[in-house]
Amino acid sequence: MARLRLFGPARVAAGASRSDLAGEDVGSVLDAACATFGDEFAKVLGASAIWVNGEPAAREHPVGRDDEIAVLPPVSGG
Amino acid sequence: MLVAPVAPIGPDWCVVTSEPLPVADALAWAVVPSCGAVVTFCGTARDHSEGREGVVSLEYECYEEHATPRLAAVAATARTRWPVLGRVALLHRTGTLGIGEVSVVVVVSAPHRTEAFDAARYCIDTLKLTVPIWKRERWRDGSDWATCSHELREASDAIG
Repeated sequence: MARLRLFGPARVAAGASRSDLAGEDVGSVLDAACATFGDEFAKVLGASAIWVNGEPAAREHPVGRDDEIAVLPPVSGG
Repeated sequence: MLVAPVAPIGPDWCVVTSEPLPVADALAWAVVPSCGAVVTFCGTARDHSEGREGVVSLEYECYEEHATPRLAAVAATARTRWPVLGRVALLHRTGTLGIGEVSVVVVVSAPHRTEAFDAARYCIDTLKLTVPIWKRERWRDGSDWATCSHELREASDAIG
C-alpha cells in the first residue's frame, strides 16, 4: 500500500489526483494504477518520471503506507 | 500550501506561488553592494504556441510539496558553478494566467555582467527541465497540455 500522486496529463488521464493503491514496491503499485485507470493512463505513465517521497525511484523500490509515489509526466514550467 | 512571495533573509529567494510575481521587488532585493550587475528574466504568457493560435490563458499546476525545493536546488547548483553570485531569485506562478501575465521570474546579481547573464540563463534553462510544473494552454474552442515539454531531470545533472 502506498499513496499515489498524479500530475498534469497523468492526473487527467486517470481522472484523479490522488489514490491509495496496494503493492509492496513501486512497480506493483504502478501496475495496480494501470489496472485501475486504464490504457490512456498507462501510456502517459510510460513517458513519466517516478519519484518516491520527492526523489527518483526505480520500480524495485519498496514502499509502505507512509510513502508517496508521484507520477510526473514531462514538465513544462517557465 | 503555496506561499506568498515575500523576500527571505538569505541570499536565495525561491518560491512557487499562486499570487502575482513581484518582479520589481525581486529586482530591488537582488541589488547588493558587492554586485555591479543584475540580470532579470521574465517569462510571460504568450497568445500562441506551435500550431496553436488564439491562446487566451495558461494554467499552471505543480507538485506543491516539491516545486519550491526543486527551485532551491537550481539556485544551489548555480552557486556551485558561479560562487561569486550575490542574490538569486527564482519565482514561479501557478493557477490561471491571462496573456501578458508573468509566469516566471529569474533575477541574478553578480559582481560583473558575464556571470550574471550566464547564471540567469542557466537558471531558467535548468528550471524548465527540473521543476515539477505543468502548463495547459486554453484557446477559444479548446485546451490541451503545452506541446513543448521535457522529461523531468535532477538539477545536479540537468545541464553539463
